[in-house]
Amino acid sequence: MEERNLICINCPMGCPLTVTLGDDGSVISVTGNTCPRGDAYGRKEVTNPTRIVTSSVPVSGAKSGMAMVSVKTASDIPKGKIFDVVSDIKKITVTAPVHIGDIVKANVAGTGIDMIATRDVE
Amino acid sequence: MEKVNIVIVGGGPAGLAAAAAAYDAGERSILILERDSMLGGILNQCIHNGFGLHTFKEELTGPEYAKRFEDQVEARGIACKLNTMVMDISPEKVVTAMNRTDGMFTIEAGAVVLAMGCRERSRGALNIPGYRPAGIYSAGTAQRLVNIEGFMPGREVVILGSGDIGLIMARRMTLEGAKVKVVAELMPYSGGLKRNIVQCLDDFGIPLKLSHTVVDIQGKDRVTGVTIAEVDSRNKPIPGTEEFYSCDTLLLSCGLLPENELSRQAGVALSPVTNGPVVNESLETSIPGVFAAGNVLHVHDLVDYVSEEAAAAGRNAAAYVRGDLVEDRSHEIPLEFAGGPRYTVPATLDPAKMGDAVTIRFRVGAVMKNRFVDLYLDDERVLHRRRQVMAPGEMEELVLKKSMFEKHGETSRITIRVEEA
Repeated sequence: MEERNLICINCPMGCPLTVTLGDDGSVISVTGNTCPRGDAYGRKEVTNPTRIVTSSVPVSGAKSGMAMVSVKTASDIPKGKIFDVVSDIKKITVTAPVHIGDIVKANVAGTGIDMIATRDVE
Repeated sequence: MEKVNIVIVGGGPAGLAAAAAAYDAGERSILILERDSMLGGILNQCIHNGFGLHTFKEELTGPEYAKRFEDQVEARGIACKLNTMVMDISPEKVVTAMNRTDGMFTIEAGAVVLAMGCRERSRGALNIPGYRPAGIYSAGTAQRLVNIEGFMPGREVVILGSGDIGLIMARRMTLEGAKVKVVAELMPYSGGLKRNIVQCLDDFGIPLKLSHTVVDIQGKDRVTGVTIAEVDSRNKPIPGTEEFYSCDTLLLSCGLLPENELSRQAGVALSPVTNGPVVNESLETSIPGVFAAGNVLHVHDLVDYVSEEAAAAGRNAAAYVRGDLVEDRSHEIPLEFAGGPRYTVPATLDPAKMGDAVTIRFRVGAVMKNRFVDLYLDDERVLHRRRQVMAPGEMEELVLKKSMFEKHGETSRITIRVEEA
C-alpha cells in the first residue's frame, strides 16, 4: 500500500487528493475530491499522467506583421513526452494565413496527437 | 461633438463582453476604444490553456477565448477604434482620445464602461536593493517577449513572487530551454492558483521558497545573480539565511494593480483595498453612468468571471442610457464583512435596484482552513457555505438572490461573515 497526495488541477478549487495505491500499483481509492473529475484525475495522475502542451512558433507573411502564432496539442499528451513535443516543434515556421485549429505539426513527437494553431493570423 | 451612447474604454476581455452584452440589451450606439493594435488585451499573450471552463465548458487558450468574444463583437457590428489612447474622461462623461488617423477627438458619452484592466507591480514599487542592470523584467513583459515577439529574455532565471503569471512563465521559460532556479515568495503562501503550482513548478521540479525575498541583485550591465533570504513574520529578512543564485534574469510576479489613472482623473471614488472603483450592485461607480468591470475594478483569477462581470456592467450601462436605471442612490446598503474578507465587490447594494441575483466577490487576507462563509440580512442567515480552504490568491464568490430579500423583508444591514466550522 502506498499513499500519494496530489492537488487536483482540473479547476481552480485545487482539491487536495489522497490516492491509495495497492502493491501492484493499481488505484484502490481516491479521497479529498469534491467532484468526479477529481477522482478521474487522481487515478490518471498516478498511472498515466497527461498534460496539454502550449507554445508559440514563428509565422511568416502575416499582414499585421505578427511574428509568432500560438499553438497547442489538440488533446493531452503523456507528461513524460512534454519535452519531446517542445523539441519537435522547435524548427517549424508556419506561413500565414493560419486559423484556429489548423494543424501546424501532425502527430507531434509520435504521440498520435496533432499540434494545432490557437490564433488566426491573416 | 460626436455623441455615442456607450463608450467602452479597453478592448480586452472585459470590454468585449460589456460591448456584446450592451448590444444584446438593445443598445446600438456603442464604441470600443483600444490602445493596442488588436482586440483581446492580455489574453493575446496568455497562450496557455485553462480559460473558459465556466463560460464555454471547454479548456481554451487565451487567444482562443479572446477570439470567441471578438467574433461576438464583430458579428454584432460593434464599432471599435484600435491604436487609440483615451486621454481623459470628464465627470460629465466627455471622453477625450487620440490616434494617428483622427488626431485628438472628443466624444460625448451617454454612459462609460471602464475596462482598462491592470498593470504589474514594478521593481520601483518593490524597493529591491541592488544594481539596476539589464535582465530584470516583470513576468508579463517576459510573457510578451516569448509568446508574441519570439525572444527569450534569458537563460538562467530566478522569479520573485508566485503570482500566476510568474508561475506560468516558470513553465514557459523551462519549455523554451531556460533553467528556472527558484521561485521566491515573500508571503508564507503562494499568490497563485494551486493548480499552477502543480503544473508549472512541481511538474518541472522548480522549487518554491515561501517566506523568502530578494535582498540583493548583482551585476552592473547584466544581472549576474541574486541573493534571496528568508523573512520573519514581519517580512524582514533574517540575517544568516542569505543564499546566492547565479542567473542572468530576474522575473517579477509580485501582484497586479488596477489601472485607474483615467478613473481618478474623472473623479471616480477608488477603494484603497482593491485600488479599483467603489461600485454598487449595478457596477456603477460614484459617477452616475460610469460603470467598471474586470481587472480595472478588482484583480480576478479567472477570465470567465471577468466576462460575466463585464456583461453585467454592459447590460447596466444600456439600462442607464434607456433611463431604466433608477438614479436615486440613497437606498444603497453598504456590504459589511467580518472574519476574513478584505473587501467586497460590489461595495453597496440596493435591493430595489438589483436584478434577480447579484454576485458578490471578495478575497480573504490570509490562508484559512475549514470555514463557513455566511451571509446575513440583518440577523437572518440566508447563505451558509462550507469552504475547506480559502486563500488570498483565490477569489471567493457568493450569489445573493432577490428572493432572499423578498422573503426577509425590509433590510438595513447586509453582512458577510467567515466563521470557523
